[in-house]
Amino acid sequence: MSTQTASSIFAKAPAPGLADPVHDAQSVFRSAMNALAQPGTVQQLDILTLSPPAPLSVAATALVLTLCDYDTPLWLDPTLATNGTVKNYIRFHTAAPFVESPAEAAFALVSDTKLLPAIASFAAGNAEYPDRSTTIVLMVDELTEDEGITLKGPGIKTEKQFSIAPAPAMFWQQMQDNSTLYPLGIDIIFAGTSQVAGLPRSTKITGLEA
Amino acid sequence: MYVAVKGGEKAIRNAHKLMARDRRGDTSVPSLSLKQVSEQLYLSVSRVMAEGSLYDAELAALGIKQSRGDLIEAAFLMRAYRTTLPRFGYSKPIGTAKMLIRRRISATYKDLPGGQLLGPTFDYTQRLLDFKLAADGEAPTPEVQEFEKEEVVPRVTDLLNEEGLIEPDESIAPDAPVGDITREPLTFPADRDLRLQNLARGDEGFLLALGYSTQRGFGRTHPFAGEIRLGEVEVDFFMEELGFEVPLGTMTVTECQMINQFQGSASAPPQFTRGYGLVPGQGERKVMAMALVDRSLRAEELGEEIDSPTQDQEFVLSHSDNVQATGFVEHLKLPHYVDFQSELELIRKVRKEWQEKREAAEQELIAEAAQ
Amino acid sequence: MTERVETQGISGEHYNFAYLDEQTKRMIRRAILKGIAVPGYQVPFAAREMPMPYGWGTGGVQVTAAVIGKNDCLKMIDQGSDDTTNAVALRNFFVETTGVDTTTKTKDASIIQTRHRIPEENLTKDQVLVYQVPIPEPLRFLEPRETETRKMHALEEYGLMHVKLYEDIAKFGHIATAYAYPVMVQDRYVMDPSPTPKFDNPKMDQMEALQLFGAGREKRIYAIPPHTKVVSLDFEDHPFEVTKFEQPCAICGAEEIYLDEVILDDAGNRMFVCSDSDFCEERRDVGHVGHLGTNPLEAEGND
Repeated sequence: MSTQTASSIFAKAPAPGLADPVHDAQSVFRSAMNALAQPGTVQQLDILTLSPPAPLSVAATALVLTLCDYDTPLWLDPTLATNGTVKNYIRFHTAAPFVESPAEAAFALVSDTKLLPAIASFAAGNAEYPDRSTTIVLMVDELTEDEGITLKGPGIKTEKQFSIAPAPAMFWQQMQDNSTLYPLGIDIIFAGTSQVAGLPRSTKITGLEA
Repeated sequence: MYVAVKGGEKAIRNAHKLMARDRRGDTSVPSLSLKQVSEQLYLSVSRVMAEGSLYDAELAALGIKQSRGDLIEAAFLMRAYRTTLPRFGYSKPIGTAKMLIRRRISATYKDLPGGQLLGPTFDYTQRLLDFKLAADGEAPTPEVQEFEKEEVVPRVTDLLNEEGLIEPDESIAPDAPVGDITREPLTFPADRDLRLQNLARGDEGFLLALGYSTQRGFGRTHPFAGEIRLGEVEVDFFMEELGFEVPLGTMTVTECQMINQFQGSASAPPQFTRGYGLVPGQGERKVMAMALVDRSLRAEELGEEIDSPTQDQEFVLSHSDNVQATGFVEHLKLPHYVDFQSELELIRKVRKEWQEKREAAEQELIAEAAQ
Repeated sequence: MTERVETQGISGEHYNFAYLDEQTKRMIRRAILKGIAVPGYQVPFAAREMPMPYGWGTGGVQVTAAVIGKNDCLKMIDQGSDDTTNAVALRNFFVETTGVDTTTKTKDASIIQTRHRIPEENLTKDQVLVYQVPIPEPLRFLEPRETETRKMHALEEYGLMHVKLYEDIAKFGHIATAYAYPVMVQDRYVMDPSPTPKFDNPKMDQMEALQLFGAGREKRIYAIPPHTKVVSLDFEDHPFEVTKFEQPCAICGAEEIYLDEVILDDAGNRMFVCSDSDFCEERRDVGHVGHLGTNPLEAEGND
């Protein structure tokens, strides 16, 4: 094969995924696991070599590549859903089927908090199978521990302050409503640039007025 | 150091060496070749392929040799190997009407298109130990005759179907997702595709006993062996990348279609119903039992009263797998002394209290008697 | 390690890291995340056939295999001890398929897989405790049908469990459950703690480490995040009581720990020693001695 042919193929091929699929995925999973097990703590990801197409962040991409495959219907926000490069990239690396309706999604990838639809439009599971719910990977600019709203519940010793930026209007209010559905509800994994944090449905949220 | 809790590692190593020695047995006797097993113990191989859910006679032979002929252990070895294999996708459904038939019998018609073909069977043999085999006698070579391959030998149920006497095959959209019990945990109620998958890898002895129980009245089925056929079918695979089907090869399967008591409702006239069994390899007893159990498990769908174990899908499907069953029954061999200690403490306490109560009662009686 | 069980061809060249393929790991990882989000709820997962029998730890092994990374340090215990036969076999499985470091020291481990015990030493937030679970459904022995028990969990209908416990009290004067003693997790799900002795139940409450439970044959995963409320079921007039041993460990002198009863001779002489072998060893290393000395088999009257 001539170099020219090879490079033209590479030019069309999606950007590479995890450099070390086995160990990178394990390490990203551990961060996601710790994030959901200790809500409101910011977990640093080790993976820095990933170069996903814009507007995907390294952290959000690492999560999707680690958790999604052909068994997980994936919902993309309207911006991502109309971005061919992003869709090709995700399809190539995960084979996850894209779904139109948030209620059918096992995972949702939201690149901008402004594009987050009503939380209630995602799958919350049912009383017999509360696990049949959507996990939202939500890209944010900043994740901050020890300031902001107050979290309580499993994974938190007493209480934990936490904030995201930007936080869309009514977001915390919606998450508060989400937690009242417990054990139903959605779970969120926030993806910063290279950090993640978790907010499972079991977490109680207070201090919104602050 | 307290000795009883140490030495596990060494004990395991030595136990395995001893087992390997016993497996080989007397070394003056030649070791079994896999070919000997797969050629001469094919029914064992078939059972291991079916219950191990992996169609590979040579691996099944290896499993049988490695397990010293313990067929459940061999099926387990096959399953554990199977899970490590890469998965390319699902084949197209096999067409048993297009089978190259080696055996085909129907109990419901004297003769029928395609004919009755007795084939290789133990049926009608005298069950007398054959001492010629013990003396290593060679089997007589049957005469071989040219034949014309029948392209399609219709199944009895197809014939009945033409007259509308039997319920039609369930219609499934060609692109309907196929359930897969190896990929999704079984939940109840389970659809028939999942039930049949479960039964196909289920324990032959378990299905035999359940099928038998239905014949004796525990969930009566009224079956006729519409047809049993054994032979080779082609397996095709649709290659997404190429956009067409390619044949992967042929496999031996045994199929049984049971015809059962008629049913009818306000909207449908009385019709025979079906019970279905199919296994890879040659497993006639298994497919017949499977067809009986399949039919019984349709009780709810056909509006029958559910009052017998074989009609109870949670009971049947949760206990049919001998690899699961043997693991859990045999796990009782593992150390349980922590739990047992907990029980010991409790029973000592409860007994002590019982004793005290009784003594107190006796004292009271004595006191009363003394008054 | 010089003495290693001969590999049966499951070394790294033939199989993926930690044996499972990546698709299977993803599926298990997703189930773990759901389990963490809904503490005590049993998440169905498509357990794979493993190269060890069902009932012998396949669930715990699958959970560990999905969680473990090359920098982890694994401790594997059964009945509290690192050297019980099945613990040895499962530890070797991970040594062969991952090459990770293993330890017998509780405090050095990042992942501890256990059958039937919780270590005596407090676990920390950087540790994960993986339980092997045979029957994950706490209601199973009251109602064998999954279809029914699932409804009972959905409706939070746990009356049957209380009736059973109460019948015990009426009959025996006590709740006659000594192990696998049911707990209520975060005021919502009744959960089976796996067949750990009820002595260990209080350790689950507000534990700093993440607790993961795997049931392979029954195809369920569940979890208790750190600092989660775990309450053993009881009644106001019959509060939950922890088993108390009347004597300390015979060889390290520890009290208020769980003990194994060891029969020393056919005259019925017995001694009690720590079930947690690492805990016992650590104590003896720093000079603690029990009433039978460090080697009871050489102690007076026992030869």
